Amino acid sequence: MVRTAFKLAAGGSLLNDLGVSLLRAAAGFAIGAAVGATLGVLVGFSRVAEAAIDRSVQMIRAIPFLAALPLVIVWLGVGEAEKIFLVALGVTFPIYINTVLGIRQVDPKLLELGRVQGLSSLQLIRRIILPGAMPSILTGVRYALATAWLALVVAETIGAQSGIGFLAMDAREFLRTDVIVLTIVIYALIGVAADAIARFLERRLLAWHPNYGAPR
Amino acid sequence: MNLHVAPQSSTPFESGPAVVVSNLVRSYGSRVVIEKLNLRIGRGEFVALLGESGCGKTTLLRALAGLDPIQGGRIVAPRRPAVVFQEHRLLPWDSLWRNVSLGLQAPAARERAAEALTEVGLGDRLDDWPRNLSGGQAQRVALARALVQQPELLLLDEPFAALDALTRIRMHELVRELVANHQPGVLLVTHDVDEAIALADRILVMRHGAIAYEHRALRDGSTPISRAELLGELGVISRSPN
Ligand SMILES: Nc1ncnc2c1ncn2[C@@H]1O[C@H](COP(=O)(O)OP(=O)(O)O)[C@@H](O)[C@H]1O
Ligand SMILES: [Mg+2]
Repeated sequence: MVRTAFKLAAGGSLLNDLGVSLLRAAAGFAIGAAVGATLGVLVGFSRVAEAAIDRSVQMIRAIPFLAALPLVIVWLGVGEAEKIFLVALGVTFPIYINTVLGIRQVDPKLLELGRVQGLSSLQLIRRIILPGAMPSILTGVRYALATAWLALVVAETIGAQSGIGFLAMDAREFLRTDVIVLTIVIYALIGVAADAIARFLERRLLAWHPNYGAPR
Repeated sequence: MNLHVAPQSSTPFESGPAVVVSNLVRSYGSRVVIEKLNLRIGRGEFVALLGESGCGKTTLLRALAGLDPIQGGRIVAPRRPAVVFQEHRLLPWDSLWRNVSLGLQAPAARERAAEALTEVGLGDRLDDWPRNLSGGQAQRVALARALVQQPELLLLDEPFAALDALTRIRMHELVRELVANHQPGVLLVTHDVDEAIALADRILVMRHGAIAYEHRALRDGSTPISRAELLGELGVISRSPN
């Protein structure tokens, strides 16, 4: 299998496919995270936005996002847009829910202290609300990384012309078990890497937190 | 209706009170907690407020701080009084100096915070996290955060109630020093009669939503107050035999 990996890597196709997959995941993640965080901040702060957005989001969330795949294919066809959209869809919800939850959980006594110290609304958000919501938001990021990956595997298994999933499907046609196993290993490695990124973010951004930060 | 009024900026520092409250009414729904309360605290004056639990001490303090709306009367207070609560309310995600300089508009915030932390004996812990502090140390940081703003009025709501007796006595000394240096008007809410006697220029007892008792001039020992008399006012022991 290692030999297979080297052979594919030498041909340039493995790195190429890996790059394509990572790019799709990153684009989908960025879009989904931006949408989820924006909606989450709106709903977290405003009762009006909550009334307008939250119920519909909760309803859509009840659908397993992979069930939307046929619909997405009808809308966007089988291509880059469809894959990125599916990843973004899977990422949006965990980010949204945990952002709202995090903002809601900020200690009202600390918010009151902010008022006592004369903070403006913007300073209140930057100094108290965002850091207070950060543990929950990062939990969302961790979930989102997992769903992004799952979405990508599914999307690439269906009609891709490149990417790790395509590599696997292509190998299936030719009964190349070694290549299939290789792609599974690569998926696993990237999953581990994503988890490491989440852990790194937690250690950096939650250094103050007794459950995450390194002692100092 | 918010009757919080800013002071005249032309008021010279020595003259003029730190806060004036007249006929204050504060109610939660139909429940009136403060009724026609009058109070005046001078610059540099240290006033302790006693009263049995639930009589409305915190309610009064929050009204003075401008945190709650009032339903009647008038409060003339500085635009931004400093408040120390019973809990330290330090931001766990900020280092000590960032906590102390929270809301500080001045340049050189770190230097100012460092000075304030030095004043409370924590000058070597600027970059430490709040979670590494003891209860007494955390409350000292909260004091530094309040005083770094150079407040004209300092509101303390049972700030030492959760501390052990020894730490509390050390805090008394520290507070006395800090107030002497910065000269804000102070309202200290406490349920500790000895704390009031040890610190205050004037002791007030609150009852039925108003100031029911007042005793002046203590710190120099000129007019010693009887502990028993205070406890009587608080309804802890019967005021007179029979
Ligand atoms: N947010 C609130 N809503 C309704 N009632 C309150 C609220 N806060 C305090 N009270 C009531 O007002 C009274 C005075 O409370 P408080 O000022 O906290 O007393 P103290 O600080 O003297 O112990 C109490 O009877 C309390 O139940
Ligand atoms: Mg109270």
